[in-house]
Amino acid sequence: MSDTQSPEPKGVIARFLAASPDSVGKTIFIAVAVCLVASMIVSAAAVSLRPVQEANKLKDKQINVLQVAGVYEPGIDVAQAFAAFEPHVLELATGEFVDDRFDPATFDDIAAASDPELSEPLENDPAGIGRKAKYRVIYLLRDENGALDKVILPIHGYGLWSTLYGFIALEENGNDIYGLQFYQHGETPGLGAEVDNPRWKALWNGKKLRDESGNLQITVAKSMPAAGPDFYIDALAGATLTTVGVDNLVKFWMGDAGYAPFLAKLQAGEI
Amino acid sequence: MSQTKKDLLVDPLVDNNPITLQVLGICSALAVTSSLQVAFVMALAVMFVTAFSSFFISCLRNQIPSSIRIIVQMVIIASLVILVDQILKAYAFEISKTLSVFVGLIITNCIVMGRAEAFAMKNPPVASFIDGLGNGMGYGLILMLVSIIRELFGSGSLFGVTILETVNNGGWYVPNGLLLLPPSAFFIIGLIIWAFRTWKPNQVEEREYKIQQVEAH
Repeated sequence: MSDTQSPEPKGVIARFLAASPDSVGKTIFIAVAVCLVASMIVSAAAVSLRPVQEANKLKDKQINVLQVAGVYEPGIDVAQAFAAFEPHVLELATGEFVDDRFDPATFDDIAAASDPELSEPLENDPAGIGRKAKYRVIYLLRDENGALDKVILPIHGYGLWSTLYGFIALEENGNDIYGLQFYQHGETPGLGAEVDNPRWKALWNGKKLRDESGNLQITVAKSMPAAGPDFYIDALAGATLTTVGVDNLVKFWMGDAGYAPFLAKLQAGEI
Repeated sequence: MSQTKKDLLVDPLVDNNPITLQVLGICSALAVTSSLQVAFVMALAVMFVTAFSSFFISCLRNQIPSSIRIIVQMVIIASLVILVDQILKAYAFEISKTLSVFVGLIITNCIVMGRAEAFAMKNPPVASFIDGLGNGMGYGLILMLVSIIRELFGSGSLFGVTILETVNNGGWYVPNGLLLLPPSAFFIIGLIIWAFRTWKPNQVEEREYKIQQVEAH
């Protein structure tokens, strides 16, 4: 069983190594020792790599904000380009910025959605998200003269397999869509995951959220609704449920439970 | 030791392949093979884990109490897997986003446990390391074969580089959607096993037939 066994073990360690591994004392010792060493290695790796991982996550999110606003090109200095964006913490119910209560640079609105203090359960929940954070981090992009150019709003909702997380970019009038982009989802590759297809994403550019009487008309569907082509994005082929999910989540976040109060203020010129 | 070190490394590629002969580790092979890049990183991760877990388990093999040996093996394997996951998150963030779930599942990959239990518990560390590496490579080889077929015909590209321009992007190729879904990997692995066993008939499992014949009378 043990090939380290010698006829006369000398010293405590040698005697311990030579002892039968199946004794109670040795079993406990090995269990504790292996767990200790393993946990030290794992925690050392986790702690030492955390800064790099956090930086990756942050950069990933920044790239997505840049992409949805149409200013991303491979190889640009992400942090520098991102500095042009103005983050704000928005209180959804009132459409007011509450930057004095939360720091927009560090506020995590995804984590806030599961904090009872900062979120509320949804009774009418077409987007399938369960709870909604009362506050979201949004980004404003201004042109050289300081005039508002684009508004980037975070959105998320359930598709077929997964929650899709993304951003929608609106023009300064708060009604025209500039672009839409999901940065995290687990939809079927080749079917639902075509939400990432540049050709499909390009369909969003120039569409409008509301008609002239202020009704939310934007629709993602297989056939065009009565409102007409300005409010219609063609469905993804072979991905009915993902399409329905995207339709629901866009309607939810652009509706009264979502950003409607803020968009009304934006249109009234109060931002 | 009857096998040379080269045999330990090369045998698991074709002659004793963990997927096609031992039929282990199929579940992750189904999940990660829809794109070549992901499959490649997964193969590297499994090679790393099988090699080092076999090495460390072999180092401890005379000291591991048999009553808790599986748990000790699991602790070592799980630590290595977490290590791989953390490194991927730090240095290959894009890939880790799609792969993270499956990297965690390497812990339950039968190949890793199988080599630890069948080889590393009975052989010296260096041989165990090579055996683990070889089996990881055997797994990786099948993974790459399957994902070449799936990515080329499912999305018209290899390593993300477009080879067949798909209709969705304005080209001519209508991609085969089935190849992007997990069942297709099952069919492809089945066909590969068939091909391997036609090429090397000694891999065909005959024993079960003989037992039935004996029991029939």
